[in-house]
Amino acid sequence: MQTQSVKLHTVKKTAPSFVSTRNACKLCAPLGASLVFRGIEGCVPLIHGSQGCATYIRRYVISHFKEPIDIASSNFSEATAIFGGADNLRIALDNLTRQYRPAAIGIASTCLSETIGDDVRSYIEQYKAANKGVEIPALIYASTPSYRGTHMDGYHEAVRATVISLAAGGPRSRRLNIVPGFLSAADLRHIKEILDDFHFSYTMLPDYSETLDGESWSDYQKLSPGGTPVASIRSMGQSVATIQLGGSLASMDTAASYLQETFGVKAVTLGIPIGIGETDRFFGALEEMSGRAMPDKYKKERGRLVDAYIDGHKVVSGKRAVIYGEADFVASMASFLDEIGIVPALCATGASIKKFKEIVSSGLSEGHKDIIIRDDADFEDMLEICRSIGVDIIIGNSKGYYLAKNLSIPLVRAGFPIHDRIGGQRILHVGYAGTQQLFDRIVNALIEHKQSSSAIGYSYI
Amino acid sequence: MSTNSNIAQDDTAVAQEVRELILKKYPAKVARKRAKQIIVNQIEDNDQAPEIMANTRTIPGILTMRGCAYAGCKGVVLGPTRDILQITHGPIGCGFYSWLTRRNQTRPKTADGTNFMPYAMSTDMQEEEIIFGGEKKLKKAIEEAISLFHPKAIGIFSTCPVGLIGDDVHAVAREMEEKYPEVNIFGFSCEGYKGVSQSAGHHIANNKVFSKVVGQIEQHVEGEYRFNILGEYNIGGDAFEIERIIERCGMTLHSTFSGNSEYEEFASAHTVDLNVVMCHRSINYMADMMEKRYGIPWFKISFIGAEATAKSLRKIAAYFGAPELMEKVEKVIAEEIYHVEAVRQEVKARCEGKTAMLFVGGSRAHHYQDLFTEIGMKTVSAGYEFAHRDDYEGRKVIPNIVVDADTRNIEELTVEADPTRYRPRKTAGELQQLEQREHMGFNEYLGMMAEMKSGDLIIDDLNHHEAEVLMEKYKPDIFCAGIKEKYVIQKGGVPLKQLHSYDYSGPYAGFRGAINFYREIDRMVNSNVFRFIKAPWQKNPELSGSYAWNR
Repeated sequence: MQTQSVKLHTVKKTAPSFVSTRNACKLCAPLGASLVFRGIEGCVPLIHGSQGCATYIRRYVISHFKEPIDIASSNFSEATAIFGGADNLRIALDNLTRQYRPAAIGIASTCLSETIGDDVRSYIEQYKAANKGVEIPALIYASTPSYRGTHMDGYHEAVRATVISLAAGGPRSRRLNIVPGFLSAADLRHIKEILDDFHFSYTMLPDYSETLDGESWSDYQKLSPGGTPVASIRSMGQSVATIQLGGSLASMDTAASYLQETFGVKAVTLGIPIGIGETDRFFGALEEMSGRAMPDKYKKERGRLVDAYIDGHKVVSGKRAVIYGEADFVASMASFLDEIGIVPALCATGASIKKFKEIVSSGLSEGHKDIIIRDDADFEDMLEICRSIGVDIIIGNSKGYYLAKNLSIPLVRAGFPIHDRIGGQRILHVGYAGTQQLFDRIVNALIEHKQSSSAIGYSYI
Repeated sequence: MSTNSNIAQDDTAVAQEVRELILKKYPAKVARKRAKQIIVNQIEDNDQAPEIMANTRTIPGILTMRGCAYAGCKGVVLGPTRDILQITHGPIGCGFYSWLTRRNQTRPKTADGTNFMPYAMSTDMQEEEIIFGGEKKLKKAIEEAISLFHPKAIGIFSTCPVGLIGDDVHAVAREMEEKYPEVNIFGFSCEGYKGVSQSAGHHIANNKVFSKVVGQIEQHVEGEYRFNILGEYNIGGDAFEIERIIERCGMTLHSTFSGNSEYEEFASAHTVDLNVVMCHRSINYMADMMEKRYGIPWFKISFIGAEATAKSLRKIAAYFGAPELMEKVEKVIAEEIYHVEAVRQEVKARCEGKTAMLFVGGSRAHHYQDLFTEIGMKTVSAGYEFAHRDDYEGRKVIPNIVVDADTRNIEELTVEADPTRYRPRKTAGELQQLEQREHMGFNEYLGMMAEMKSGDLIIDDLNHHEAEVLMEKYKPDIFCAGIKEKYVIQKGGVPLKQLHSYDYSGPYAGFRGAINFYREIDRMVNSNVFRFIKAPWQKNPELSGSYAWNR
C-alpha cells in the first residue's frame, strides 16, 4: 500500500523560526568523508585544515565505534591560513606514506582550507609530478567544507570522489557495485552476507564492517585490517549495476550516477532496507539482478518477522514516535513504523533537504493527516514540537537522550552517534533480521516504560 | 643508596634503548626535532631537570593527540561554567563536537538555577555567510540567546573561518552590549589554527575572562579564609569532592576557575585573599594577572592523591596562619585518611610493583603519578599533550623559553596594579617568612620532571608510532591517555584509563576520589578479560596449520 498521495500536515510556524542552531541534529562534512576513507582497505584519511578538526572527528567517531581510528591532519598554522596549505599537504603526504605505507590517502578539505581557496587538486597534481617514477599511494580528494551540507553530504561526496579517482572502464563484468550509505558495521556485514547468499561478486564501497568493528590484536596493526580493496574499486566501472541505498540519492550527483554516465553502469536507487516493505524491495531487486529466488533462510526470517509483528501489535499500535537523523534513515524508519502501526508523528533531519517531505511521505500509507516532517531541524525545535503534539517513544541516536529526559519517554537507540551505550556499531537495522531486532527493542522499550511507570506492574504481555 | 642508583642506571639504559628505537624510524629532519622532545630523565641534586622541547608545532601527517585553540578556549576553560551562554560562531562541526563531550559536571545553587551546559548554540554558518560575512547572523543569534535565556553573560567563540572572512566578533560583542547593557557580551578570537594546540586557547580564554569578567562585581559572599582554585574543571565531580573537603575544614572557596562555577563568582574573584593553582598550564596566566592587578598571591597545589590533598590543605591553612584553622585541617585530614588508608592497603596488595604510563594534558600526566605511587605502582614513562617547558622543567626556565611565531601570535596582556583595588594580602616580610618557614612556593611550579625518577622516559606530544614502541618495550600494566588512544592501546591487551573524561567515572580528586581511583585501577590492572587476547591456537603455534581446513 505505497502511495505518493499522502496528505501532509504542514507545520504552522507556531514557534518563532530560529536563525541559530540550538543542539544540532547534524555533524560536519569531513566526518562523513573520514568514515568512507576508513572503509577503504589500507587508506588513511587526511583532513586538510587545523589539527582540531581531525582530533574532534576522531574523538567523536571513536566514541561511537570504540575502535582505533587514525585520521591525519595537515596541521594548518596561522601562517598556513594566510599563505596556503601546499607545503603542509606535501609534508603530510610524505609522512603518512612513510609511516603507514598506505594503499590510498583520502584527503578531505575543511571550512578553513576552502575559505582560503586552497586548490587541493592542483597540489595533488604537483605532488604526483614531483614523485614521478616513485610508487605513491592512490590519492583521493573530496571537497567537504563544513559550511556546505552535513556529514551525509561529506559521506556521499567522498564515495563519489573515490570512484572518480579510481574506477576505470573495461569489459563488462557480472559484478555488482553496492553503495550502502551510512549504516552500522553490523548492517554492512549483513548486506554482504545477503549478497554472498545470492552468489553475487560485488564491490561494496565503503566497507568499514571490519575496520571499525574489528577483533582484538595479537600483533600491533598500523591500520585496522579490512575495507574495500583499491583494486576492487578500480573495477567498479566494469560492473553491471550499482545499487545505492537511500531514496534521496536518486536526484543527486553520486558515485552511482557518475558510473552510469561515464561507464554505462546502471544506477539503481533503493531505500535503506528497514521494515518489510523496503526489505522486500531490496530482495526483489536482488532476485531480479541475480535471476535467483530469495534463499530460504531469508524467507524464514521474513516469516518470523511477520509473526512477531502479529504477536506484538497491541503494544505498538497507535503509539506515536519521533524519529530523527539522516534523511534516508528517517525515511526508511518512518515507513517501518507505519507498517507496524506506530504513527511517525515527527520525522526530522538536521539537513536542509527540499525533498525531505516527499522522500518520507512516499514510504507512508495513506491516511496520516497529522505527521510532521521537518528538515533543517535541531533538537530544540523537536522538543518544542513534541511537547505540543504528544509522543510516546523516541527512535534515533544518543543525542535524543536530551528529548527522552525532558519528555520522560523511552529512547530506542539507532543510527549514529551512539556514545552512551556499548555496541552502537553492532546494532543491526537492515534486512528482515535487522527489522526484527528493531521491532523487539521498540516493543520491549514500550513495555518497560509501562512497567516502570505503573504502580502495579505487569509481568506478562 | 647504591641499589637505588643501580636501578636508575638500569632504567636509564632501557629508556635510552627505547628512545633510539623510536628515533630510528624517522627521517633525519623529523628525528632531529623529536630527539629534543624525547628525553631520558636525569635529576641532579638541585632538582635540575634536562631541557625538553615542548609547545612546538606538530609535524603534518604525524598523528597527534592534540586539539585546537577553540577546544582549549571553549571546551576546557569556559566549558565548565554553567551560566555564561556560549555561542559558537562558525559552521556546525565545532559546536557539535564540543557539546558536553568533556563531561564537566555542575550543580546550580538552587533547583531552578541557571545551567546552559547541556546546550550547544551555533550560528551554523553556511556558504552564504562565508562569502558575505557572518556578523549579521551572529547578531541575530545573540538576540535569540537573550530573548530565550536572559543570560548575565554571553561568550562568542570563533572557529577557523571567522577571522579569515573578516568577521569582527569583538565589534559585534560591543555593539550588542550597547543594545543590551544588562548582558556582559564578549568574544574570543580562538580560531583553531592559532597556536600549536589547545594551549593557545587557554591563554586566549584567560585574557578575556580576566579583562571582561574578573573585577566586574565588588560584592561577595562573606566567609572566613577566602580563596579561589584556578585550573580545576570538575571532570567527573572532582570539584564537588574538593568543595566538600574545604567546607569541612571551615574555609571558603569563593570561586573555581572553572569547575562548578558561575559568572558572578568569576566577576568577584578579585576579592579573595589567595589563589591556588591546580592545572598550571591552563591557568597560570590568570594567577599572574590577578596578582599583578589586585595583589593576590598564588601558589601551586594539587588535590589529586590523598597525600597531595593533605599537603595542599596544610599549605592553604598555613598561609592563612590561624592556629584554630590548622588544627581543624589536621583533624579533617586524620579522619579522611583513616578511610582512605583501609582501601589503599587492600588495593596496594594487588597492585604493588605494576607499571603505568601517562600521556595526557598539561598537568594530569604529573598529578596522577601520585595516585599510582600510593598503591605501589611505578610510572615508567610520561609526557604532556600540550604543555610548555615550564610544566616539565619548572617555572625557573620561563625566562629562557624561546618565543616562536606561534606563541607570539597569542596576545600577552600588559597588566598593572589597579589604582584603587590593588591590595597586597601579605607584606613582603610575611611572604618571605612563609616561604622560608613553610616552603610555600609562591609563584613557583617545579614541573613534572623534577618529581620523576632519573631514568624515566619523558615524551612530549606522543604520537602513535611512539606509543607502539613504548607498549612493546615497556609492556606497561596500564596506560593513561584519552579516548583517541584508548582503543588502539586496548587492542594490544593493555587497559587504558582515560584521564580527560575519567571513562565516565569519578571523582578522583580529594580523599573520596582517591578511593575511587584505587578501586578503578585495581579493577583495570587485575581484570580477567585480557587473558583472552591470545586465542588457544596462538599460544600453541604448532596446532595451527596442522589441519587441512587451516591451510
